[in-house]
Amino acid sequence: MREEWGFHWGLPQPAASSYAGDIDFLLILLHVVMVALYVIGVALFVVFLVKYRARDGHRASYTNPGESASFLPAGLVLAFEIWLILAFEVPIWGAVKKSTPPPAESLNVKLIAQQFAWNFQYPGPDGQFGRRSAALVTAENAIGLDPDDPASKDDIVTINQLHVPLGKPTILGMTSKDVIHDFQVVNFRNKQDIVPGMETVLWFEPTVAGKFEIGCAQLCGLGHTKMVGQVTIETESEFEEWKKQQVADASPSDTGTADARPVIPAVDSHS
Amino acid sequence: MTDAHGHAGAHAHAEPQGFIWKYVFSVDHKVIGIQYLVTSLVFLLIGFSMMLLMRWQLAIPTPPDDFDPEKLSLIRSFLNWLFPESMPYGFMDPVFYNQLGAMHGTIMVFLGIVPLGVAAFGNYVMPLQIGAPDMAFPRLNMASYWTFLVGGIVLLASFLAPGGAPQSGWTSYAPLSVVAPAGQTYWLIGMVIIITSSLFGAINFIVTMLNMRAKGLTMGRLPVFCWAQLVTAVLLLLAFPVLEAGAILQLLDRVAGTSFYIPKDLIYGSTVFPRAGGGNPILWQHLFWFLAHPEVYVLLLPPMGIIAEIIATNTRKPLFGYRELVGSMLLIGVLSFIVWAHHMFLSGMRTSLASLFVTTTLTISVPAVAILTCLLMSLRGASIRFNTPMLFALAFLPMFAIGGLTGLPLGFAPTDLHLHDTYYVIGHFHYVVAPGSLIALLGGTYYWYPKMFGRRMSEKLGKIHFWMTVIPMNFVFFPMLIQGMYGMQRRLAVPVEQSHNLPVQGWSLIIGIAAATLFVGQIPFIINFFWSLRSGEAAGENPWNATTLEWACPSPPPHGNFATEPEVFRGPYEYSVPGHKTDYWPQDEAA
Repeated sequence: MREEWGFHWGLPQPAASSYAGDIDFLLILLHVVMVALYVIGVALFVVFLVKYRARDGHRASYTNPGESASFLPAGLVLAFEIWLILAFEVPIWGAVKKSTPPPAESLNVKLIAQQFAWNFQYPGPDGQFGRRSAALVTAENAIGLDPDDPASKDDIVTINQLHVPLGKPTILGMTSKDVIHDFQVVNFRNKQDIVPGMETVLWFEPTVAGKFEIGCAQLCGLGHTKMVGQVTIETESEFEEWKKQQVADASPSDTGTADARPVIPAVDSHS
Repeated sequence: MTDAHGHAGAHAHAEPQGFIWKYVFSVDHKVIGIQYLVTSLVFLLIGFSMMLLMRWQLAIPTPPDDFDPEKLSLIRSFLNWLFPESMPYGFMDPVFYNQLGAMHGTIMVFLGIVPLGVAAFGNYVMPLQIGAPDMAFPRLNMASYWTFLVGGIVLLASFLAPGGAPQSGWTSYAPLSVVAPAGQTYWLIGMVIIITSSLFGAINFIVTMLNMRAKGLTMGRLPVFCWAQLVTAVLLLLAFPVLEAGAILQLLDRVAGTSFYIPKDLIYGSTVFPRAGGGNPILWQHLFWFLAHPEVYVLLLPPMGIIAEIIATNTRKPLFGYRELVGSMLLIGVLSFIVWAHHMFLSGMRTSLASLFVTTTLTISVPAVAILTCLLMSLRGASIRFNTPMLFALAFLPMFAIGGLTGLPLGFAPTDLHLHDTYYVIGHFHYVVAPGSLIALLGGTYYWYPKMFGRRMSEKLGKIHFWMTVIPMNFVFFPMLIQGMYGMQRRLAVPVEQSHNLPVQGWSLIIGIAAATLFVGQIPFIINFFWSLRSGEAAGENPWNATTLEWACPSPPPHGNFATEPEVFRGPYEYSVPGHKTDYWPQDEAA
């Protein structure tokens, strides 16, 4: 997970999502243009400072020639920015944020964020997410999964561990139980706030197998720094194997194992 | 006011007698300006000290392998003694880190830079530049300062609240801020008080500039600094009430059980939060940024005005493109109201809004580029004097340019996906506000100090201060851009707990050393400020041979400023006029 520090324009390696290449290209393009503009401006600045320093026999000029030509830099910047928006912002933002791949051809996972953990809910073989309710949330049932809902029986719930298949889009439907969090995987070059009271969506198609860190990018309280998860990208067969293992681990006869699905108390305590 | 240029209103107060009424509860714009100057410089120092503690924590966030609690270094022993509970052994508790972070931002923006740029220099210089004896509403002016001071004290007092100071960032995003300890209530009350103070000031500035200009001082002859103050005052007047309302709603959420920002079924402390819900956390962000983006220009325009004055005086030539400068400021003022949601591309706001806000945001770079072009081109054909104020003014140009340019990949939504909420953002806006605005404000202090106190500041100490400010500042803020590119998030008390940050952690040590150097570098300034009060070279009326009206009255100006009402005959920057006997032609000098 820790990559060697190479140049790579200072960007974390590897870039591990289908759109990361586009975003890296734009980051590099913008920075090249920024540096070029900066070097031109500073060069002019230094020339002026030397050439027009106060000295004996030198007098300032009362006139400022070329005032109308001074709109040129601003105009060029505007033209460049319009090109950026039309050529890149509209298509890339549209693909990454305004739409998702078809859900039927993607892995759908619910992310329920809380201070200071990431809970993931997989729908299980039936493809249906079990119903969740705030009233059912307990220390053991962190996401408030309703045991009476048949669809919840085969759901897989993990804490801080997201497993996804390589080369297939994953769509995260994200909600927060308490405050605003933000799902960030720097290698995907994407992030998204997770807001209580609504569902936000982040999708990615991993292009590199491996384990990457999930960090929270929105200040969420005293444990903000420690709110770390892991996304494991594996082949489709490894992923299927992992899911089977999760279901087996969660079977009623085996509730005691580590990383098991939370035990749901039969009767809610009177609180 | 009896006529368009009448001064009747301002003469309503006679010169007060007695120390208290003359220097403490004064209604004189000059005394109030100096009160704001000193108060905001003290707040800047407080805010900076908080950041030094945070940078210490970030430089060495976890105990090194050979750490021995029995053998603490001098700094660690001191910190352990000073903050036994929040910095045991000199390692910072995350709650304390969050408190300092929220307070650093709040203090620097609302109690430091804005009062310095707007209230200190605006109050002191603007009435002089327009040839007025005082502000239009002197008592309102006094009320503004004392309200501000009370608001600032309330904010600082939050450290004494149960649970400590606000800890939800200077942005106070709900619901975190709503469920935070009592310090947040202090923050909200303090903000409401400070905003009220700002509104008093804004109204006063606008009325004064529109009604009390000297005879002959048409808007087209107004110095750029006054234009900047005018645009700023309008921004404050229109944007601040929105945050004031937002803050009152958050206050109600905290103390009256309302749910403006609280959705249904919030789970807090592992039970359902006892609220009806139905509110929306994103509403707060809209209300906050609707102020806080114009606020960026409130932080920036007065310093730009200062830069324009210093550059015109010390290039000994008219500013390049006066109309373009003023027009660009007006355009920035208008556009600044329709860019706020670029802070919210990833907030859960409707994603189709992004393209609109990307467009407005990139558009606002056009007048900003125009202003920088004008200031840069003003150097062409000049005869540049490199005195201390000019050094600060010149440094502003390349430093602010970094701040402006780095705004591009943040305002551009696809690249913001990677850079949002990282140190890149911190580096960007600090380049705008610290090596940008603050450098300009320091330059302004050196520039107008002779007018305020009748004596010049030491050039030697000034130049030491300059280099010890500009060089460390770059070592503080440039590495943040590098860390941000690598994805290091902001607001992490212990960044090394996330392994993806480890490769760029080393920069934090460099930043820490640079920040400490920057702190030391302010000592020559503090010495200079006090030493020059008595021992500086006598300044006379017009020490810089400048043209604008503030240099046409004695230094310091007496109560009422001008012996006779000045009359203005020409534009503000008539330097090196061919055929004129000196290389400057004051605005009030009859032909």
